[in-house]
Amino acid sequence: MRERAAVLAGAAALCAAPFLLEALDEAFLLSVLTRMLAYALAAAALDLVLGYGGMVSFGHGAFLGTGAYVAGVLLHHRADGSAVTDWPVRIGGTAEALLAWPAAAIVCGLLAAAIGAISLRTRGVHFIMITLAFAQMVFFLVLALPQYGGTDGLMVPSRNVLAGASLAGDAPLYWVALVLLALFLAFARSAMAARFGLALRGARMNERRALALGLPVYRLRLAAFILSGAVTGLAGAILANQASFVSPDLLSWQRSGELLVMVILGGQGTLYGPVLGAVALLLAEEELAAITEHWMLILGPVLLVVVLFFRGGLWRVVAGARGDG
Amino acid sequence: MARPALEACGLTRRFGALAANEDVSLTLLPGECHAVIGPNGAGKSTLVAMLAGEQRPDAGTVLLGGEDVTALGPARRARRGIARSFQITQLCRGLTVRQNVMLAVQAAEGRNFRFLRPARSDPALTGEAEAALAAAGLAARAGVPAALLSHGEQRQLELAIALSQAPRVLLLDEPAAGLGAAGTPALTRRLAALKGRVAILLVEHDMDTVFALADRITVLAGGRVIASGRPEAIRADRAVREAYLGDIVDA
Repeated sequence: MRERAAVLAGAAALCAAPFLLEALDEAFLLSVLTRMLAYALAAAALDLVLGYGGMVSFGHGAFLGTGAYVAGVLLHHRADGSAVTDWPVRIGGTAEALLAWPAAAIVCGLLAAAIGAISLRTRGVHFIMITLAFAQMVFFLVLALPQYGGTDGLMVPSRNVLAGASLAGDAPLYWVALVLLALFLAFARSAMAARFGLALRGARMNERRALALGLPVYRLRLAAFILSGAVTGLAGAILANQASFVSPDLLSWQRSGELLVMVILGGQGTLYGPVLGAVALLLAEEELAAITEHWMLILGPVLLVVVLFFRGGLWRVVAGARGDG
Repeated sequence: MARPALEACGLTRRFGALAANEDVSLTLLPGECHAVIGPNGAGKSTLVAMLAGEQRPDAGTVLLGGEDVTALGPARRARRGIARSFQITQLCRGLTVRQNVMLAVQAAEGRNFRFLRPARSDPALTGEAEAALAAAGLAARAGVPAALLSHGEQRQLELAIALSQAPRVLLLDEPAAGLGAAGTPALTRRLAALKGRVAILLVEHDMDTVFALADRITVLAGGRVIASGRPEAIRADRAVREAYLGDIVDA
């Protein structure tokens, strides 16, 4: 009951935000909110793997960054009329979000399939380390691509268009990000209550039992990992639009760590919690950075307190809902 | 003679210098209850682990319905018809009692990649789960998280889960463990009702249960089969009495 009320309140606040900010003459803040929504999408996607699947991926920055680069690179080539590749088939640039964003999701889904297929053969700390190692490989691979800016990052010349309609300005991108977040949350909630979720959660709670039942534990986890990677890539594509810039920093292990913090801070295994966690973490970073450049010194202990004393995260405090068993 | 439902041929499993199982062979006929007994450390749990696919034998083969499944892991063997209970209860403790059983039904049915319809309103799962819970006497506890069940109820649930897999072969690793004098006869009655319908390999310390249920008994000691045969023969076997049964049978 209380969880439902909290979700409705959050949805109402996010829907009202553009109008409210307009009225307050603070419309420029909408771009900041869009960034939060993109991170919220990535954090919710990570929760599928972390909270429900029990897989601590320390490599989701690779998907966030790759998704951003796919959207950015397609826009980059579209602007100068060149091709991404001429072989085996010519792939030109595009500004169309209906092409570029699914492309970002598919590329990241394939990347997740490759990383997951190997990483999921390990458990525990090994899994954490191997996902981190793969993400670092992607990071250095992208740094070694001078045509896309290398360490300087990639300037994105224009925003995507959605079915021909411009996403320029803060409001259109905000609404698109909000709709995508809502759609993903609705789908993920249903998937976790459906057979797939029951099996994925069961395998997390007791792998030995799951195997003895005959559940295809490896394939279930790989499917969750691929879905999570693809959606995180989609979030990256939104970020590329929001910032008009793709930084290789998105691929870094710090970013992977931030996503983990968002999920744990918000409450893993709740889907909504990570959304709240993303908003809270980015807000705290922003506010604290305005006070002191040593904001990490304040944020670190705060995170420790939340993790130690608010098991279940912020979502449990706000909505009274516990994470998945 | 009917083809065995499950057959172990010369299974050997070593941990370093210790041979947990040494050339263990046994057959389990369809509908039969075959008990495996032996003192602690005789290698009973290792044998069950090799039959279920959790451990690979260093030598020997496992045949399920005549098919060599030695190379298959536990999930694949489960999908081919082996269900098991564990010596120490293995449940999904965060799921409700009903969900634990639904998961077993789902796993046996094999359709796990469905994302939209809530599992709780999937009649293929709920119908069988309710029936299994009613049979296990757990219907009133269906909505409770498995972690909150009493020890006896957890053992009941574990058996209900294994039966919900509609197995050909049921491996029961000390199902009476911790049930006490009150719970054991009820368990024995439940298992007796299953006889003839599913092949049961029963590892058990409680001799009343074993002799009440077993059609055949195999005795392990030090990782080897020291005797195998009908219960009367085992009861009379001198080597068995010396190795294991001793005063339990006399008393």
